[in-house]
Amino acid sequence: MLREITLGQYYQTNSVVHRMDARTKLIATFAYIISLFIRTNIYVYLIAAFFLSVAIIACRVPFKHIVKGMKAIMVLLLVTVILNMFWTRGEVIFQIWKISITWEGLRIALFMVFRLSFLILGSNIMTLTTTPSNLTDGLESIMRPLKAIRVPVHEIAMMMSIALRFIPILMEETDKIMKAQLARGADFENGNLIKKAKSLVPILVPLFISAFRRANDLAMAMEARCYRGGDGRTKMKPLHYEGRDYLTFLILIIYLAAVICLGYYVPKFW
Amino acid sequence: MGMIDVSKLVFEYIRRDEDGNVEGITRAVDEVNLHCKGGEFIAILGHNGSGKSTLAKHLNAILHPTEGTVLVDGKDTMDENEIWNIRQSAGMVFQNPDNQIIGQVVEEDVGFGPENMGVPTKEIWERVEESLKAVGMYDYRKYSPNKLSGGQKQRVSIASVIAMHPKCIILDEPTAMLDPMGRKEVIRAVRALNDVEKITMILITHYMEEVVYADRVYVMDKGKIVMSGTPKEVFSRVEELKSMRLDVPQATLLAYELKKAGLPLLDGILTRKELVNELVRLKGQK
Repeated sequence: MLREITLGQYYQTNSVVHRMDARTKLIATFAYIISLFIRTNIYVYLIAAFFLSVAIIACRVPFKHIVKGMKAIMVLLLVTVILNMFWTRGEVIFQIWKISITWEGLRIALFMVFRLSFLILGSNIMTLTTTPSNLTDGLESIMRPLKAIRVPVHEIAMMMSIALRFIPILMEETDKIMKAQLARGADFENGNLIKKAKSLVPILVPLFISAFRRANDLAMAMEARCYRGGDGRTKMKPLHYEGRDYLTFLILIIYLAAVICLGYYVPKFW
Repeated sequence: MGMIDVSKLVFEYIRRDEDGNVEGITRAVDEVNLHCKGGEFIAILGHNGSGKSTLAKHLNAILHPTEGTVLVDGKDTMDENEIWNIRQSAGMVFQNPDNQIIGQVVEEDVGFGPENMGVPTKEIWERVEESLKAVGMYDYRKYSPNKLSGGQKQRVSIASVIAMHPKCIILDEPTAMLDPMGRKEVIRAVRALNDVEKITMILITHYMEEVVYADRVYVMDKGKIVMSGTPKEVFSRVEELKSMRLDVPQATLLAYELKKAGLPLLDGILTRKELVNELVRLKGQK
């Protein structure tokens, strides 16, 4: 069962978005998220929705897969809506006892829903169309300038990709340890929260020991294969921008320009 | 000058108690001499704690000798400037298949070594293809290592080492964690690479069946090499091997017992086939 786990949530189709350079997708997603948080009005959200739907159609991932990620933030979304709706002062449109809904509250609540759901959908498209290893490669490449201020960019990326490689292995191991402890009469089900937390100790201790042992082995195996940090290393799968990436950047710039124009220069109607 | 020249190698490590005080010194490897020419298939046998893994780690410059010298392809492992050349020419395959695969996809793992060596991208792909084909794992190049069986993972590990174009591969108990099928797969790949590519193989193991095909066998016990010779020579000394808690191959053991019971069998029977032939020959004589 645990072997089947795919990390992240990569969904294989051979769309333009999939073949795009990971850096392009990272930058575009980041810019898109920022665009949702600068000065916004209804026009900005309309154009953001349009941009998002173009991306959704282009990536050819079934819509329900993209929406899946929304479930996790449903509660957050609901709380935000309720708080904004009832606690914003302004022109009252509806009132029962002390609870009142205002125009301003409605507007902010609605915008908040747009903002958060676009954010989640946008970043979902990125993770659905990029493999984890591509993503770490892209991050490493984007963060490379930070090397000048002594940020160990290559090491961070290497750590991320090793972590991704070992998560399924360690999960399988957790499963094994848990069964072994159950066979020795451990009880993970009963008791209050503190007792349950305490019962995790006999799982975590062996897990940590084994993780350290694995780390030690892996470090040795890496050294045996001539690993000596990022300097002088070549890439098996080097990243390079192609026509579609430049086109994406062009669209992104137009989009950002449109968002800024609409946000700042169009009189507020709503 | 051979591929590997180990002379008078001594390795000691210091045992400490919980407070870091020295409890004693353990000699893991004691005055070991080992020489091997290019293209040979050498097996090192020994029980747990006999020092065979420690010896293996010296051949790849992971450990450095306390006394004596280790020359790999003529280069001293104590020479800091040569460490990466040594590691490139003497690749190493470890015991646990999960703990030595770095890539998230098979082909990325095989490419890891050449990437570290600074091989140009185009050549990396050529090397990955040729080494995966050499161990028969080319069809799995896009798989996640987590979806492979133990034997397949070890074959990927061997491919990862071959991609660095080593002259010699040291296999440190590569089959210890595998099932019998996986063991066969790995040993078959090792033998094929030795035969076809002429890569020197140093196989460390405690499974006797695996060393039958070696050119020479060394037996280690308590840090010393206690026996060496061709498999036939070594396995004809059944009593001595038993005293070191080592098993001999089943066919050899049966031949040994038959001989003790009075059958005039020849010495040095290693495989089932040889035993059958020998018995048929005896029957023909009667």
